[in-house]
Amino acid sequence: MTDEPLLRVTALSKYYGSRIGCEDISFDLWPGEVLAVVGESGSGKTTLLNCLATRLLPTSGTASYRMRDNQWRDLYRMSEAERRFLMRTDWGFVHQNPADGLRMTVSAGANVGERLMAIGDRHYGNIRSTAVDWLGRVEIDEERIDDEPRAFSGGMRQRLQIARNLVTGPRLVFMDEPTGGLDVSVQARLLDLLRGLVTDLGLAAIVVTHDLAVARLLSQRMMVMKDGHVVESGLTDRVLDDPRAPYTQLLVSSILQV
Amino acid sequence: MTTAATEIATYNFAYLDEQTKRMIRRAILKGIAIPGYQVPFASREMPMPYGWGTGGVQVTAAIIGPDDVLKVIDQGADDTTNAVSIRAFFQKVADVAVTTETAKATIIQTRHRIPEHPLTAGQTLVYQVPIPEPLRFLEPRETETRKMHALEEYGLMHVKLYEDIARHGRIATTYAYPVKVEGRYVMDPSPTPKFDNPKMHMSPALQLFGAGREKRIYAVPPFTRVVSLDFEDHPFEIQTFDQPCALCGAEQVYLDEVILDDKGGHMFVCSDTDHCEKRQACGHRGHLAPEALEPAQ
Ligand SMILES: Nc1ncnc2c1ncn2[C@@H]1O[C@H](COP(=O)(O)OP(=O)(O)OP(=O)(O)O)[C@@H](O)[C@H]1O
Ligand SMILES: [Mg+2]
Ligand SMILES: [Zn+2]
Repeated sequence: MTDEPLLRVTALSKYYGSRIGCEDISFDLWPGEVLAVVGESGSGKTTLLNCLATRLLPTSGTASYRMRDNQWRDLYRMSEAERRFLMRTDWGFVHQNPADGLRMTVSAGANVGERLMAIGDRHYGNIRSTAVDWLGRVEIDEERIDDEPRAFSGGMRQRLQIARNLVTGPRLVFMDEPTGGLDVSVQARLLDLLRGLVTDLGLAAIVVTHDLAVARLLSQRMMVMKDGHVVESGLTDRVLDDPRAPYTQLLVSSILQV
Repeated sequence: MTTAATEIATYNFAYLDEQTKRMIRRAILKGIAIPGYQVPFASREMPMPYGWGTGGVQVTAAIIGPDDVLKVIDQGADDTTNAVSIRAFFQKVADVAVTTETAKATIIQTRHRIPEHPLTAGQTLVYQVPIPEPLRFLEPRETETRKMHALEEYGLMHVKLYEDIARHGRIATTYAYPVKVEGRYVMDPSPTPKFDNPKMHMSPALQLFGAGREKRIYAVPPFTRVVSLDFEDHPFEIQTFDQPCALCGAEQVYLDEVILDDKGGHMFVCSDTDHCEKRQACGHRGHLAPEALEPAQ
């Protein structure tokens, strides 16, 4: 680990007209660190995540990213070409709905191989064996490599989406409700897998979830959002075991009652 | 058709008005300046349906002059309905000389093939293109494909080739095989057979592509690099035929299968009819050529 963060966010705000999406958010994310962003529906989690992933332009504030060459870059001043390159090499984005992150009409192998081809890999045999390897790592049978994700279950699709993102060895992955649409048992298996991958690969991640159990399992640190603001942040165990903000206390206790 | 012919005589030379031709020429010039780049243009209604080569017809109409000699082919043939009617159209509206001989033509409008006879400097090949966007197959969003071209993000083309190999064990794309032009833009030569792709590379002729319905023009200027996409371990290959043309005995040309009877009889002959006839006139013979067959059927 270095003694510098990977991502530095300062006073980030996004307004939709006069409505607040998220407001005045600041934090640092460290290499290999998993940050959970929790909060009720409409609290601004997705807005924040999309701003950070440069899928949305914030109204004000800055976000800087330390590139692989250790140079700091202002995300909102990069050229579109650089940003898109970053997004498909050093970053990943896992959507809640796998269909938003997969190409549903091409095979699982091609879904995993696409990023490799995008960065210039021109050896079919190598691309395919890398795809086989990654399917294995997300527990998809190698025999399914030529099947389209349309023929996959929800859990398999989500695992395929994860493999497709991780194949280029990104350092930072954004996830929006990665276990959102899945059955409870499927969720548990996916969480396990995600936790293993994140640890093995030393990935930094920002995980949006309204599920405190997901935050507990995956993240070291968490931010609680309400009405576009961060109402509390800290080490995950501390926030969940000893919530200080009244809203967090409510959130934690209401979950415990379920 | 006679009333149409007299009516048409009152139209401008080559049917389009001069302003429209200038607009199309500007698009062509821009296309030539940026090889392989799809230039939008205000495609006009032509007196023929889309799918009949209205894009190619507009390009030809914009560049043709009274001294030009026009050849029109569909597949490789000069005598199909489509080729005949386009040729007749330009005879009527531009009163130009027409030919079936590749070497004598100054403008060749084509729907699929590049003639077998090598093209020379000063000739222009005009392609009628149905779908100009090579990325369309996997990315239907026009805004996104434009961005991909602008940023040179062509990974998706290889995804398509990857799928081919995964499904068929080899790159099975035989028509509309994607090429990279002058090391920059990926272009769809559609719907030309990949057999002809190597002929585009460093051709002394000017190659212009017109897509009427999709309102795009693009170009490959003379002596431009045109490279077919492939993988290191699955290199680009053209089709090969295990027998020569049954009529003229030509090898290393593109052959069409011709059904001879309803008992499964068939033969393979040059798709380029002009090339085949020329060879036969020079005394070349294939194994089915003899007197038994009527010439030029
Ligand atoms: N495109 C948009 N236009 C206008 N308002 C928006 C837009 N997207 C989000 N908002 C508003 O911004 C606020 C934050 O929404 P956001 O989607 O970020 O919340 P969220 O925490 O992700 O909610 P959920 O848990 O339901 O996904 C909400 O008030 C929402 O209505
Ligand atoms: Mg959301
Ligand atoms: Zn022949």
